Amino acid sequence: MSRQRPLSPHLQIYKPQLTSLLSILHRATGVALSIGSVILVSWVVALSLGETAYSSYSMIINNWFGKLVLFGFTFGLFYHLSNGIRHLFWDAGYGYDLKVAYTSGTLVIISSLTLTIVTWFIVLFV
Amino acid sequence: MAEFALPKHSKVVKGIDYPLDTDSTNTRKVNVYRWSPDDDENPRLDSYTIDLDKCGPMVLDALIKIKQEIDSSLTFRRSCREGICGSCSMNIDGTNTLACLKSIEDIEGEINIYPLPHMEVVKDLVPDLSKAYEQLTSIKPWLQSNSNPEEGKSRKQTPNQREKIDGLWECVLCFSCSTSCPSYWWNGDKYLGPAVLLQAYRWIADSRDENTNERLDDLEDSFKLYRCHTIMNCTKTCPKGLNPAKAIGEIKKLQLERK
Repeated sequence: MSRQRPLSPHLQIYKPQLTSLLSILHRATGVALSIGSVILVSWVVALSLGETAYSSYSMIINNWFGKLVLFGFTFGLFYHLSNGIRHLFWDAGYGYDLKVAYTSGTLVIISSLTLTIVTWFIVLFV
Repeated sequence: MAEFALPKHSKVVKGIDYPLDTDSTNTRKVNVYRWSPDDDENPRLDSYTIDLDKCGPMVLDALIKIKQEIDSSLTFRRSCREGICGSCSMNIDGTNTLACLKSIEDIEGEINIYPLPHMEVVKDLVPDLSKAYEQLTSIKPWLQSNSNPEEGKSRKQTPNQREKIDGLWECVLCFSCSTSCPSYWWNGDKYLGPAVLLQAYRWIADSRDENTNERLDDLEDSFKLYRCHTIMNCTKTCPKGLNPAKAIGEIKKLQLERK
């Protein structure tokens, strides 16, 4: 009777919760922002290296794919910022009530989407 | 590093289907996780169709009915059938709860029942909780005091002091919350988890306990306490409506305040 006990299913069966989805998105955007910061730094580096470097940088970034990546980066930034503020409230001891946590979570989604769209509206049309 | 997939010997395979020969239209399919240490098989998902007209209202009633009428080898823990003993905690319809408090009516479609997630399975719906109990013991869940109460009297609390442990003492230690927590899934060997941390706070918040500082010292650890990332699955799933996330938040706040 020395059979190895199985591990019960977890991720495979647990119903996704708004609470856990927003949490994993916070982690994911955090990772994406760290990687994305390389794009920003290389932009500044290209700028400092002069016209040739900057125009080749622009060529890589200034197309639909580059813009899509930057759009994702902006969303990641605003989401991480909004949810980061939510975390600050928690750290100060507020917002643990389940209802409040759901309201603040919804607000985070609305604010990060709005900020992203407004930013890109300004970038593209103003 | 977290292991997201199930180990090979833990993968759940299709099980036995037990159809129901009946004229009743009020039937329901109940899918139950089965594993026995007595043979060499992988865990499987057995399907039992039951007549709800001849079954009590709760998921626990359905399990008892299956055990009595269809398959007596089905194994699960249960005792009080009224949410006070914390024995029948399991994963029902995708979230953790007590089978005795979960109404069949509240579940749409087939009812899926698994043991508490990311635990070693002893048999069927019975997880091995010994590690969780060890963690509970580690926070010394009893009153610690160096002073004696007045001769023949009990230790006094004002109504305000007593109120501070409301929402904490009601915990029945079913570990629904701990096993709903992804952080506990990946780091359950070192992270204490919401159930045990709520218990820790229950004694920290108790005005009669005099070892608050030692308790906080013991929790000041990047794994024991700070693996909590305020995911809040714990609070969402607690069958008693308690708020472990808030209790953990209070401990973190106390740690900061005393620095």
